[in-house]
Amino acid sequence: MKSRLLTVKPSGIRIEVVEAGKGRDLLYLHGAGGHMPADPLIAALATKYRVVAPLLPGYGQSTGEDGLRDMLDIALHGLDVLEALKLRKPIVVGHSMGGMIAAEMAAIARTEVANLCLLAPAGLWLDDHPIADIFSKLPYELPGLLFHDAQAGARLLASGGDMNDPEFLKQFLVMNARRLGMAGKILFPIPDRGLGQRLQRIAARTLIVWGTEDVLIPPVYGHAFKKAISKSKLTRIAKAGHAVGQEKPAAVLKAIREFF
Amino acid sequence: MKFTWFHLMPWPHMPDDFREKHRSVWVDLPNRMYEPELGHIAYHQYLDQLEYAEQVGFDGIGVNEHHANAYGLMPSPNIMAATLTRRTSKAALVVLGNSIALYNPPLRVAEEFAMLDVLSGGRLVAGFPVGTSMDTNYAYGTIPALTREKYAEAHDLIRKAWAADEPFAFNGRYTKLRYVNCWPKPIQKLPPIFIPGGGSVETYDFCLDNTYSYSYLSYSGYLRAKLLMEGYWKRVAERKVDESPYRAGFAQVICVADTDAEAERLYGPHVNYFYNRCLHVYPGFADAPGYRTVKTIQTGALSQFTQAAARDYPKMSWKDLVDGRYIVAGSPETVRQQMEELIKTLRVGNIFCLMHVGNMPNDKVRHSTRLFAEKVMPHLRNLWPEWKNHDDRFWMHPMNEPVPLKVAAE
Repeated sequence: MKSRLLTVKPSGIRIEVVEAGKGRDLLYLHGAGGHMPADPLIAALATKYRVVAPLLPGYGQSTGEDGLRDMLDIALHGLDVLEALKLRKPIVVGHSMGGMIAAEMAAIARTEVANLCLLAPAGLWLDDHPIADIFSKLPYELPGLLFHDAQAGARLLASGGDMNDPEFLKQFLVMNARRLGMAGKILFPIPDRGLGQRLQRIAARTLIVWGTEDVLIPPVYGHAFKKAISKSKLTRIAKAGHAVGQEKPAAVLKAIREFF
Repeated sequence: MKFTWFHLMPWPHMPDDFREKHRSVWVDLPNRMYEPELGHIAYHQYLDQLEYAEQVGFDGIGVNEHHANAYGLMPSPNIMAATLTRRTSKAALVVLGNSIALYNPPLRVAEEFAMLDVLSGGRLVAGFPVGTSMDTNYAYGTIPALTREKYAEAHDLIRKAWAADEPFAFNGRYTKLRYVNCWPKPIQKLPPIFIPGGGSVETYDFCLDNTYSYSYLSYSGYLRAKLLMEGYWKRVAERKVDESPYRAGFAQVICVADTDAEAERLYGPHVNYFYNRCLHVYPGFADAPGYRTVKTIQTGALSQFTQAAARDYPKMSWKDLVDGRYIVAGSPETVRQQMEELIKTLRVGNIFCLMHVGNMPNDKVRHSTRLFAEKVMPHLRNLWPEWKNHDDRFWMHPMNEPVPLKVAAE
């Protein structure tokens, strides 16, 4: 995995782009937590694809978040990034918040995004199945919310540091405030910015992937996405929570390979 | 010195095992705990206490805004202040304040504050807090990272609405109004404005730019506030503006009795109720990601400035609270000494006196209030002789001949 900086036109926003692997172009848009240290999903996808994974402003070394305030700003930024990266017929993959952004991009630029993969995307709200409030969670509560195997998840999240070390925790809190501060613009307090009425515009062949044990955005949302997107398929991954790609990278890679 | 008798209006009926049974006094505490008929009694007792504070000589009486909580039961402080306009005639009405980013449109604040100022004959002191994260973000749904921008725009609108003499258009990012036309207008063309702050340089500058008074509302006492207030006065010096002590205020829990031992006996349980129940906030609600600027977090992360640290009090005994000066409690002489030290070390002209504490019953509230007014306050009045106990920029300007209210009622 290597990373570089890229200036996006015409906004002038400077972003960090992680790249790995060879093969067909695959754009990966991360969730609200950003990339994990040595992200297992990016690593798995890179065995078969050329993975290009830009970080949203507010994440990593990407800056310019103050100019992005709402869903339209962020979806258009995503399309600017797609253009700047000069990818050839990429598979556009988005996880959770990244899935919400990818779906918006596909709904807006319906002729440009032809292959779409949504991993447990955010963006809809069902009154009978409320989504947990990630913004009020404390660091120690996150593994159980994101992973089916919370212990393994905790190890993944904290790799590279110790949550009991005040210095590491301070850095984590600063980064977390920056990341989730940005994420809050489209996810707070309810992760619904009207995507539901735009999903019907999506013309891309769409693979929807959901962990059967997702307790953050329950699997019932997978059916709602499938129902609303015409050329779509829903694949469920056993023993996986919300971070389905990080928890079961091989199974997600297999599903993507089979569909596209 | 200006002394404002400040009421939080907490719910006084939280059970003994509250801390064990509930994770937070704010945001997600089920409101089945609230009993409206007991609320009726509490509200009227609380308003009586504010009126009593005027009678015994406090300069101001204060209320504030909070939502979805048992810590302070005034979602609309303006309603409380409105009742006080009819039953008081001398004290400043310190509404500290309206969380201006939460009003839609924020013009509502300009209108309601103008109503209060007109009703009271020019006695309004207006507060413009950003609001706690619990209120602003979790209870009222404002996007954390946009809260400050929304606040700044609301402030701009309110100031323009008060200043204008005819309708104008306001094209903000968050509020668009073709006709801004504030009827009524305040008696004080611009009421004095107090800004509650928590240690960010941006807020210091905001106060200095606009000649607003900076209010630090902490419950940790003056020893822990020293560092923050030194930061403020350092900024004042850097900006080369005058060092009027009325540029700053501090909130303090105060309990007065005949002796130190009597203070502990009388008020101990209620102080305990306040620190261990009223301030029991789930840390996840204390500081939504994005609510503070990254710059502010970097200077204050995990320090005393974070709300989580400031509000998540460990179980503390009376001795801990008194010795650590979280509270100023004891005989009139003890309280006088400590208040003098507080006022001088923090260099503050405004004190927000928290004399109703937790679930303190009415008779004790009045006892403590009367002792403070009679035996403490007179000795603290003239601690800033070079400022002659007053700074016109930071206090109300009542009209000369308001309607005599009792006559009006007959």
